[in-house]
Amino acid sequence: MARIIVDEKVCKGCSMCIHACPKKIIALAKDRLNAKGYHPAELTDEAACVGCAACATMCPDSAITVER
Amino acid sequence: MAVVFKKPSTLTDAPLHYCPGCTHGIIHRLVAEAIEELGIDGKTVGVASVGCSVMCYDYFTCDMVQAPHGRAQAVATGIKRARPEDVVFTYQGDGDLAAIGTAETVHAATRGENITVIFVNNAIYGMTGGQMAPTSLPNQVTQTTPYGRDVNTAGYPVRICEMLSTLDGVALAQRVTVDNVKNVNIAKKAIKKAFQNQIEGKGYSIVEVLSTCPTNWGMSPVEALDWLEKNMVPYYPLGVYKDGTKGDRLK
Amino acid sequence: MAEKVLMKGNEALAEAAIQAGCHHFFGYPITPQTELAAYMAKRMPKIGGTYLQAESEIAAVNMVLGAAAAGVRAMTSSSSPGISLKGEGISYMAGSDLPALIINVQRGGPGLGGIQPSQSDYWQATKALGHGDFQILVFAPSTVQEMVDLVSDAFDKADEYRMPAMILADGMLGQMMEPVELPEHKDRKLPEKPWAACGHENKREHNIINSLYLTPNALEDLVRARYERYKIVEEKEQRAEEYRTEDADVIVVAYGASSRVARSAVNKAREAGKKVGLIRPITLWPFPKDAIKRAADHAKELLVVEMSMGQMVDDVRLAAECRVPVHFYGRTGGVIPTPKEILGEIDKLLK
Repeated sequence: MARIIVDEKVCKGCSMCIHACPKKIIALAKDRLNAKGYHPAELTDEAACVGCAACATMCPDSAITVER
Repeated sequence: MAVVFKKPSTLTDAPLHYCPGCTHGIIHRLVAEAIEELGIDGKTVGVASVGCSVMCYDYFTCDMVQAPHGRAQAVATGIKRARPEDVVFTYQGDGDLAAIGTAETVHAATRGENITVIFVNNAIYGMTGGQMAPTSLPNQVTQTTPYGRDVNTAGYPVRICEMLSTLDGVALAQRVTVDNVKNVNIAKKAIKKAFQNQIEGKGYSIVEVLSTCPTNWGMSPVEALDWLEKNMVPYYPLGVYKDGTKGDRLK
Repeated sequence: MAEKVLMKGNEALAEAAIQAGCHHFFGYPITPQTELAAYMAKRMPKIGGTYLQAESEIAAVNMVLGAAAAGVRAMTSSSSPGISLKGEGISYMAGSDLPALIINVQRGGPGLGGIQPSQSDYWQATKALGHGDFQILVFAPSTVQEMVDLVSDAFDKADEYRMPAMILADGMLGQMMEPVELPEHKDRKLPEKPWAACGHENKREHNIINSLYLTPNALEDLVRARYERYKIVEEKEQRAEEYRTEDADVIVVAYGASSRVARSAVNKAREAGKKVGLIRPITLWPFPKDAIKRAADHAKELLVVEMSMGQMVDDVRLAAECRVPVHFYGRTGGVIPTPKEILGEIDKLLK
């Protein structure tokens, strides 16, 4: 059991978390924009998340909290 | 479930002003994590330099001083001499540290000033909009080298860690990068060590972090990580150039 | 009372700073102020203070900025060409509301100029030390004793108003020896600096020492607030010595080394029965406008004497508001005027 929580208001949609994720289960939420005008990153398959924190390690905006 | 990774308490709530994917943000977090883990936030004073990272005074929770362009290490020297019990670090870009502030850098290092220097090398001037830096690569196109950096007229890039490692005041000179998870973890250890060295009074510690500037390099953040690995790392080899205590080679 | 000792001006400046609680000195050698740095190098290690010979004047002034930001009394000293290099740091200190002391033992300029005494950095000190809207306190001693006293006052006033201060001396004052009494400040309590960046110990919000404000209105507000403070300084801190001015027809205006020569000329004129006086500005910023205004009310002529091509004379003219003719006599390049030359100018005006 693991998951990530993205602080959507500070996410800039840079996609570095998507690139870093070994499970390829992060994507930009194309259905919404945050106040800065970016599509924020979101976890697409919570069941597959192993909580490795690769995404959070590469996040330049400290927008990702990882729980395991 | 337990929280296994979160933003360090030593970063303020202020949202970072950096462009999307700029790795300044990762390096800020690593510095903040080192301060948090060492429990030194209350006695740390940071020095912000001029460039994109000038506003880091709003992001770190420790006391902060903003220095004139290039003078961060002179300012840090003044703080450290006034308050030797404090932990003093500078956060500087390549223009600040390796062009206008070269003299301050070399002399703080050779004095063995007991400070921690975080040197962010992204091979370009970010804040002014993408001009040539002292660390821009040969043939790199920038706003002021529109035909590529011609080493015959603009000279060669400066390798700071190699240069400073010859000085006896230096305790630690290490080059790291943050282009992938493994390298971020190495960078974190180096930065923490650079602070630990100061606490132990070992002398001048500099960590050079190869960093991206997606906006001024004209590519996506993920492409920038790749460009860094393929172009910067070969010119600026990662590794430890000096690791010890100031003056240790003279013994 | 402390006993009088014979001291060289530069050394007296240094000892006075230490007595005033300044234990952090950052310098770079330059003639004719070098004895000051050498004295600090000798004394500071003995009192657990800092003497640091920087790699440049630029580095030295920024070390002062750092030490001042950390909340201690700090200073640097130099001579004219070196002060030009310190201008950047001084502007940043003014923009960050940092108190510190800068000493300029002036020599001839421009460029490398010469190494003999000069007063050609008046404009630089009072109007153009660096970029931006700002002022610093400028004190102009004329004796070694006054250098000692003004160093102490300069530190106190710099702290009080949170702004840099300068002692504008010259090569003659720096190199001459005179008997001085060094005041004892054993019980001196230095002011608290709750704004300093010295580690918050988890007891307060983080302090930020900064001069960057990207919003125009925020920067304007800050500069205006600073100018409100400058207004108070101008009201409260003007200092000048008025010597034999009460009935004077001609009043000489001179500061620092040239005022010593001017005083001799005034005395000689008085011996000959001529009604001549002297106003000696002690603060150059704030400029003692009130003393000049008073003089303009009753004197027939003002004669400004400087070791320059005429710089302070501008401020005298502004203060006199065209109510009295303002004349100028100057020597420059390191040449010191003689009493006879000044007397000659006085006589021309009395004719």
